[in-house]
Amino acid sequence: MRALRVVRAQLRASIATALQYRFEFAVEGALALLWMGVTLVPLIVVFGTREAVAGWTFPEMLVVLGWFVALKGILEGTLSPSLLQVIEHVRKGTLDFVLLKPADAQLLVSLSKIEPWRMIDVAGAAVILVVAFRRIGHPPALADLFLAALLLCSAVLVLYSIAILVVSIAFVAVRVDNLLYLFQSVFDVARWPSSVFRGALAVIFTFVLPLALMTTYPSLALLGKLNLHTAAGAIAGTLLFAAVARAIWIASIRRYTSASS
Amino acid sequence: MTRLLRLYPQLLRTGFAEAVAYRAEFLIWMFSTNMPLVMLAIWAAAARSGPVSGYSQEGFAAYYLATLLVRLMTGAWVVWEMTMEIRQGALALRLLRPIHPLLQWSADNLAAIPMRGVVAIPVAAILLYVARSELSHDWFSWLLLFPALLGAWLLYFLVQAIIGTFALRFESAASLFDAWLGFSNILSGYLVPLDLFPRAVRSVAMVLPFRFQLSFPVELMLGRWSRGEALELLVAQWAYVLLFLGLARVAWRSGLRHYAAYGG
Repeated sequence: MRALRVVRAQLRASIATALQYRFEFAVEGALALLWMGVTLVPLIVVFGTREAVAGWTFPEMLVVLGWFVALKGILEGTLSPSLLQVIEHVRKGTLDFVLLKPADAQLLVSLSKIEPWRMIDVAGAAVILVVAFRRIGHPPALADLFLAALLLCSAVLVLYSIAILVVSIAFVAVRVDNLLYLFQSVFDVARWPSSVFRGALAVIFTFVLPLALMTTYPSLALLGKLNLHTAAGAIAGTLLFAAVARAIWIASIRRYTSASS
Repeated sequence: MTRLLRLYPQLLRTGFAEAVAYRAEFLIWMFSTNMPLVMLAIWAAAARSGPVSGYSQEGFAAYYLATLLVRLMTGAWVVWEMTMEIRQGALALRLLRPIHPLLQWSADNLAAIPMRGVVAIPVAAILLYVARSELSHDWFSWLLLFPALLGAWLLYFLVQAIIGTFALRFESAASLFDAWLGFSNILSGYLVPLDLFPRAVRSVAMVLPFRFQLSFPVELMLGRWSRGEALELLVAQWAYVLLFLGLARVAWRSGLRHYAAYGG
C-alpha cells in the first residue's frame, strides 16, 4: 500500500510539473493528432487495394493499430521520458539522491517524468477502436473485453520490463540514451499483426522481442479469436519476463558505483 | 572565397573525427531508421497474392530499400543542434568564429556521410542483389543520381536550418520541424510510394518540395523517368534548393537580430 502511495505522489508531482508548460501542452497535443493521422495513412492506402492482408480485414487491422497507438502513447508519454531521466542521473551521478530515498528505487524512477499530452494518443486509440467495431458490426463480447484488458496490462508490463532492461544497460555503458530511441523505433513494427511477418522474423517478434504479445494478442482477444491457452501462455510469459527484468535491475543497482566516486 | 576553400576541408575533417569518436551512438541512431522496412513488411504481405497496382513483392522491396538508402545517405540533424545551442547560449561561440555558423553546421552534417556509408553500403548491396531486375538499366539515371542526392541532402539541411533559425525568436522550433516531418513522411514517398496515392493527392505531392527530398532520387534508381523527364526534375529540384538557400539566408539574418545570447 505504501508502494501505491509513492506511485500516486510521483504521478501527481510529475503531472503538475508538465502542466506548467501550457503552450507546449497545446503544441504537442496537436502534433500527437498529426502523427496519429500519419500512422493511419499507409493502412488506408494498403486497404484501398486489398480486401484482406495476411488474413486480416481492414477493421481488424484497425483494432491492432488502435492498440499500437495507445501503447506508443504510454511508452513515449510515461516510460521513455522517465527512464531517460534515469540515464541522465547515472551520467551526472545524481542517482545517489534517488537511491538514498526510503522507497524502492525502481518505483521512484519509473514515473518521474510524464508528458500528459500523450494521453491524447490513448483517447485517439479509443476512437479508432470504436470506429473499427462499428465497421465490424457488433461490439466485442464482455468476456473478450475482459481478456483484452488483462492482455493490455500484460502488454504494458512487457513494455515496461524491456525499458527497464535497456536502462539497466546504462549502468554498464553510460552513453546509451539512444538505445531507448532504437527500441522505440523497433516498436513501430508492432503496428502490424504478427502474421504479416514470416519465418525467422515471426519467431523473433513473438518470443525474443515479444511485440506480438503487445498488439496482436489483445486484438485477437477483442475480436474473440484468441484461445485461452495462448492467452494463459502469454500472461505467464509476461510475468516471467517482468521477474527477470526486475532481477537484472537489482543486480545493476548493486554494481552502480556513482559517477563522482 | 579562397579562405573558405581553405577552411572548409578542415571543418570537414573535424566533423569526421567527431563522428568517429561517437561511432557507437552514431550507429545506433542509424539503425533507428527502420520505417521503410516496417512499411515494406505490410506491402510485401499485401503483394503475396499478386502485384499491387504494378508493384510485385520485388518491386516493393526495391522501392523501400532504395528509400532507406536515400534516407541514410541524406541525413541531417542541424535543427536539433541549432535549437539546443541557441537555448544554451553556445551559439555565441560559433558567432565568434570567422565563418558563417550555417556553414559550420553543414560541415558537421556532411562529414558524417562516410560514417553513414558504413550502414548504407550493406543496404545498397542487399538492394543490388534482391531487386536487380527492378533497378534502372540506364547509366544516365545513375549519373544523375549524384546531383539528385546532393540536392536532396541540401533541401533537407536547408529546411532544418530555416526552421532552426525560428529558435532565435521562439522556443518550440523543434516542434515545428516535427510537424514538417509528419507531412514530409506522407508527401515525400517515405511511407507509401507516391503513385499509389489517389490522383488528387499525387498531383499535390508532385509540385511540393517534399518529393525532391526523397522520392525523386529513389525513382532515378528505379528508372521511372526518361532522360528528358529526369533532367527536368533535376532542374526543378535545384530550383527549390536555390529558393531554400535564399530563404535560409534571409531567415538567419533577420533572426539573428532577435538573438540575445542567453547566459552567454
